[in-house]
Amino acid sequence: MTDKPNPALVDLNINPNLARQILAGFIRSELARVGISKAVLGLSGGVDSALACVLAVEALGPTNMVAVRMPYRTSSQESLDHAMMVADNLGIDLLTIPITDMADALISHNPKMDNTRRGNIMARCRMIVLYDLSAEHHGLVIGTGNKTEILLGYSTLFGDSACALNPLGDLYKTQVRQLSRDLGVPEVIVAKPPTADLFAGQTDEGDLGYTYAFIDPLLYLLVDERYTILDCVAAGYEQGLVERVVERIRRNQFKRMLPPIAKLTNRTVGYDFLYLRDWGT
Amino acid sequence: MRYNSEMTEIHIALAQINTVLGDVSANLRKHIDYIDQAVSQAADLIIFPELSLTGYVLQDLAPIVACKPRADDPIFGPLLEASRKIDIVAGFVDEDDRHRFYISQAYLSRGQVAHVHHKVYLPTYGLFDEGRFFAWGDEIRAFDTRFGRVGMLICEDFWHASPPYLLWLDGADLLLFSSASPGRGLTREPKLESARWVEHINRAYASLFTSFVVHTNRVGYEDGLHFWGGSTIFNPDGGLVAQAPYHEEALTLATVDLGWLHRTRARLPLLRDERTSLVNAELNRIVNKG
Repeated sequence: MTDKPNPALVDLNINPNLARQILAGFIRSELARVGISKAVLGLSGGVDSALACVLAVEALGPTNMVAVRMPYRTSSQESLDHAMMVADNLGIDLLTIPITDMADALISHNPKMDNTRRGNIMARCRMIVLYDLSAEHHGLVIGTGNKTEILLGYSTLFGDSACALNPLGDLYKTQVRQLSRDLGVPEVIVAKPPTADLFAGQTDEGDLGYTYAFIDPLLYLLVDERYTILDCVAAGYEQGLVERVVERIRRNQFKRMLPPIAKLTNRTVGYDFLYLRDWGT
Repeated sequence: MRYNSEMTEIHIALAQINTVLGDVSANLRKHIDYIDQAVSQAADLIIFPELSLTGYVLQDLAPIVACKPRADDPIFGPLLEASRKIDIVAGFVDEDDRHRFYISQAYLSRGQVAHVHHKVYLPTYGLFDEGRFFAWGDEIRAFDTRFGRVGMLICEDFWHASPPYLLWLDGADLLLFSSASPGRGLTREPKLESARWVEHINRAYASLFTSFVVHTNRVGYEDGLHFWGGSTIFNPDGGLVAQAPYHEEALTLATVDLGWLHRTRARLPLLRDERTSLVNAELNRIVNKG
């Protein structure tokens, strides 16, 4: 795993009060303008969903949260305990809806299925649960994907990336951790190795091949500061690694977009039928 | 300074509002409400943000929300009526006689349209796409009001140095800037980079042109964009007269003492000494070379 210090020229620190104000305001605004008061949120026990939950509670109040744990039979007890810790700290109710039966109903058809397919099925089962809760409680699903995983495509399409709005998508993982600490997410949750918890012993950083502390400054230079590959090399990164990261960002563009529509008429959704989602509100 | 006005103090109201995207009637109601509040607090002039009657990221809504700054227009009729009590600066989409659509700011006073400014710089880069949907304005003109000569600019107009400079040379002592500035650039600082930049240049214009610079920015969200507010008034010394809160709707009132122009310019005669003919000659040389 690649793990070397951040280049000195990158400062990913953010002002927590400003971030909290903008992001809680975003959640409040996006729900209020469609006449919805409740948020639906999957609490995994990890730092991203914990921070999203903190922001949503600040925006909407604890009684407007529909938070849920969705364990599979291999999910760790620690993840479940940490999700409960977040809910208890915020004074919100926490549902538990296991996905084992629904996931295994499909997985059992093909016991040789690899971990990627199993993980995708779990992520999509959780999406089904969240959107069913959305219908039941008339709430909007709050996304928890951060900028690092969106850029690297480290998510399941129509799975954990599915949501109605995403308050964390412009924060790198490093910044999610910083903001979480600043906003009182328990240190045990912030400090533990991030994991999708799709199989025992899995960690994000093991899957990706580099640590967030290493990759976030590089992503920042490439994306936010528009560094070229050679600029990054001059800043101290190994060229092959930079090229692999750039290629990974490119290859995962499909996860960041709606599917393209083949244009036939003079006015086509996505190309020249252009309105914000907030149109009329 | 022309003392052609009946007053040397202006009570200015910065109407830092949120808007409903594409719902002009709802936004008009909010304008009337803020105008009523400002009148009740004895304001002389109320300034709304860019596209305050329509919302900002209009895209294909632009032709639908357009209106005409005339008394027979259902939106401008009530605003013009309200302008009998207070001067009003409001943002809208102007559709001209040839059906071109402009991001516009109207100055209404005593039931009349005193001036309409069409945005001359349409940002079409980064998160902005104005040039795709709107026509470019092609005039930068100061105009006379009961408070003296005034100039209006809209957002990107004052990210360029030349429009404020031209208004200054055209006689404006009171620069009225309106914007719908999306917040961006979150760092460890307590202020967004976009806010820091706008405040920086507005203070600089006030100082360089020894003029009042009044800026109303909007608040609220449109999809993931948020507008940061923080509307300001700077005096001819570059000092902050008033500032509205960040991120929240507010009606912020402040009194501007026009005598400040006299005092600053007696001390610092930048306007007197500005060599416009030299500028003109050099501009001609630069524009025409090669």
